[in-house]
Amino acid sequence: MTFIEKMQAIDRRIIFLLIALAVIIPMVFKLVIPVRPSPIVQAIFDKIEELPSGSKVLLSFDYGPATVPENQPMADGLARHCMIRGHKLYLMAVWATGEAQGNITIENVIAKEFPDAVYGEDYIQLGYKAGNQGLINAIFTDLKGMYTTDAGGVDINSFPMMKEVNTLPDFDLILCIGSGKPGLKEWVQFAGDRGDIPVSGGVTAVEAPLLYPYYPKQLLGLMGGLQGAAQFEAALVKKYPQYKDVSSGAVILMGPQTVAHLVIIAFVIIGNIGFFVLRRREKRARTE
Amino acid sequence: MRREIPLFITFIIGTALVVALFIPHEPFRELDHQFSVWFDIIAVFAFILGGGNLLRVHVDRITRKHPDRIYSMVTIVGFLGTLLIGLFKFGGDPGLTGNYIAQGTWFKVVYDAFFVPLGATMFSLLAFFVASASYRAFRAKTREATILLIAAFIILVGRTPLGYYLTFWLPEPLQFLHIPNLSSWIMSVPNLAGQRAIMIGIALGIIATSLKLILGIERSYLGQEK
Repeated sequence: MTFIEKMQAIDRRIIFLLIALAVIIPMVFKLVIPVRPSPIVQAIFDKIEELPSGSKVLLSFDYGPATVPENQPMADGLARHCMIRGHKLYLMAVWATGEAQGNITIENVIAKEFPDAVYGEDYIQLGYKAGNQGLINAIFTDLKGMYTTDAGGVDINSFPMMKEVNTLPDFDLILCIGSGKPGLKEWVQFAGDRGDIPVSGGVTAVEAPLLYPYYPKQLLGLMGGLQGAAQFEAALVKKYPQYKDVSSGAVILMGPQTVAHLVIIAFVIIGNIGFFVLRRREKRARTE
Repeated sequence: MRREIPLFITFIIGTALVVALFIPHEPFRELDHQFSVWFDIIAVFAFILGGGNLLRVHVDRITRKHPDRIYSMVTIVGFLGTLLIGLFKFGGDPGLTGNYIAQGTWFKVVYDAFFVPLGATMFSLLAFFVASASYRAFRAKTREATILLIAAFIILVGRTPLGYYLTFWLPEPLQFLHIPNLSSWIMSVPNLAGQRAIMIGIALGIIATSLKLILGIERSYLGQEK
């Protein structure tokens, strides 16, 4: 068996090992590659930036633990930016696992970095309700009918920031971090289009191509995968350099992802070289 | 009557929802809202059905002594344990009226200690299988496969900061060959055209199926007639 043939029949455990090393080594050596915001991500940053302080922003957590490395930095970045700008932040979830992820953002971002922010005045956790896109449809006309209490069971009307909010069109911006259905697409279809409300957010890298048809008219910006999250962090740090230490989770993870992508590309190239060499040999053998 | 009543309900609700979209005024607006609320209420009961079905399938596997019954036992213990901890809000303050996932609740511990790492592990495995599959299956066997391979190559590099540093030195007239620009073009032009075609096709299919359901032509959802 020649070297090329051996390479073509390589044990997949070797490939697994190389991928593991491609992720672990950059993490250990803290490989950080500078990231630049793309126009599609910069558009989200600019929208949050241009809203007047005190604007009402709805942030929906529509993902679970499986996609946390991609989605959580997006949610944290958006929440951080909204709090910096002094917007009122309304957290909710169309996914059952989303409420817990929203709580993580409250603990890690809002409570730690903005200790002066008051629950019920500056931010609120509305929590999860069943119904998928049916829930979006229902709260479009009557939010308090569905959310009679916050996630902790406290009467919704007792919070000052809920006084001016009764329907989805009362919000100045809807942000969704999603990893499937229902997600950003449903927020565009059932809320943004219907109420002419600006909608934006982020999704996993595999879902991002499905949302390009909505950009830029129905979706004012989009964060696609870890790179999108890293680009948003880069845009935030560029404007607010004092947040460089806390706003770098996705940028740090881009190092291992870059190396892993390079390893996959190397595999594809090696695989194709082997394929062409063997095909040429076969052709030659046939003609002889 | 067992078939006529569901057909009648489907016709009335389907027609009312379609009309409500085009005439967002009373009484259709209120009807639309009420139907949405009832949809949400019914969705809650789907959880009970789902849980019941999960138990039925796995209890059946255990009683039949299926070779993989150990996994069914783990599923049932995990499901019932999490359900009880969540329902009774163990460890939470102020007990039954509090938030099931608040700090200090057992549910939060189960979520953080089991669900988060297990979910992340499952999704992480994707990277290993994608690498292995790319090596074995991503071959430039035909012209179409070669185009796909080149597009994937550009997207893979373009999805990392490396794409920028590889070609940022290109002069202005050749900036369209800059990898992030090429990656963006692939996503915004060929990908967008394909996605739009698929979406429009799906939408037309949904409209046709919905009309068949509303008009009672499609009746398979009612089950078989005895």
